Amino acid sequence: MEYHLKTPLTIEDIESLRIGDVVYISGNIFTARDEAHKHILETPLENMPVDLEGAAIYHCGPLMQKNDAAEWEPVAAGPTTSARMSAMTPQLLEKHNVRVLIGKGGMDNVADSMKGKCVYLVYTGGCAALAVNSITKVCDVHWLDLGMPEAVWVLKIDKFGPLVVGIDTEGEDLFRNIREKVNENLERALR
Amino acid sequence: MESGIKHEDIVEATISAIKKAETELPDDVVACLEKAEQIESSEIARSHLQAILENIGIARRHSVPICQDTGIIILFVEIGRKLPPLPDLENALAEGVRKATVEVPLRPNVVHPLTRENSGDNTGKGLPDIKYSFNESEELRITAVPKGAGSENMSILKMLNPTEGDSIDRLVLETIRDAGGKPCPPVILGIGVGGSFDKAALLAKSALLEQVNDMDEKEHALLEKVNSLGVGPMGTGGDTTALAVHIMTAHCHTASLPVAINIQCWANRHATAVIGGEGKWNII
Repeated sequence: MEYHLKTPLTIEDIESLRIGDVVYISGNIFTARDEAHKHILETPLENMPVDLEGAAIYHCGPLMQKNDAAEWEPVAAGPTTSARMSAMTPQLLEKHNVRVLIGKGGMDNVADSMKGKCVYLVYTGGCAALAVNSITKVCDVHWLDLGMPEAVWVLKIDKFGPLVVGIDTEGEDLFRNIREKVNENLERALR
Repeated sequence: MESGIKHEDIVEATISAIKKAETELPDDVVACLEKAEQIESSEIARSHLQAILENIGIARRHSVPICQDTGIIILFVEIGRKLPPLPDLENALAEGVRKATVEVPLRPNVVHPLTRENSGDNTGKGLPDIKYSFNESEELRITAVPKGAGSENMSILKMLNPTEGDSIDRLVLETIRDAGGKPCPPVILGIGVGGSFDKAALLAKSALLEQVNDMDEKEHALLEKVNSLGVGPMGTGGDTTALAVHIMTAHCHTASLPVAINIQCWANRHATAVIGGEGKWNII
């Protein structure tokens, strides 16, 4: 199935998505990787620079450049390895009603904490120039002192995708299923 | 004796090699991805490969980096023994990296390993990582290899027992299984066998610079086994887990069998600047 979603998102928007489905997202998304996750977990709600209610978080450390008008423009903005954020994700989802995580490579042991709350979507890794085509505006940046890749960038996107559902709200995990098959194939290959 | 190659020649050639490597994938790698897209049987896998090919086209046309992870810069520098004495290479190469960071542009990726403070210019203690070798030519060759962390982080080095040569295939397959989608498959595998702890790793990295399709029987057989796993592009399943396997060997201690597996994502970026003795250079 193919779905077109718009942020901010409700449970109803994401609950029918199933692993393997294709999704396109429009609206605002927030980039966050390792350091930003740490900051989000450490920051009291009243001091948060962004509202993550119904948000889509993009595991991405973009390459940005200032144009002649001194405004930020994206140069390259593909997904980073989501597994690095696995350990911090259950806490993040307890604290904020984030509905979508976007990244690449799969996540480890987060499917249970995402049940009924959030989905994980996969963008093709390395497709950083292609991703820029879907970014219509760099709205804001927070925590830039963490460095360009680790800051939280607020991006306006239009039909960002195709994104493949990797983990759904039922707790199904496409990567875990593939890994089980790979394990069987591995023993066969060595026979 | 004054060299014909000036400091500025090396700086400019380094910037150009980095720019080319970051924005244009070598033709042999692109051809390999195109072939994979044609024969891939999984629909999701094919859509990843189509996105990859579209991305490569956009990066080339607009002269922008293929991936936002513009990597750390590794430079393979070959020095012709027949060249006149050269200016300070380390400084010229580092200056090239600093200027390329602004001009290409590159994402500032280099941090202190413990404080994690970003140097802001992609250089630092030990970086760029320069690997020198010598040949009998009258040329200076600078090969820029931007290496992203997604694939580098999934690479391994293992000191096997000398009688465990038969278990190398298992080690490779388990490494690919454990890496899953994290290193952005389809990957290219550089495998270093023998030498010493560090030599094996350098062999593995050097193997990534070989022409992708230039594989012997053993490498082909291992590639087939890797692709039979079904990890697929981005780890979401499919026929194309790896594009190539390259193995390089070196003699080693009788009590040792080091094996290094350096994983490279599909963006097997590299470009070479060739500088003649008079300071003229071109990019190949």
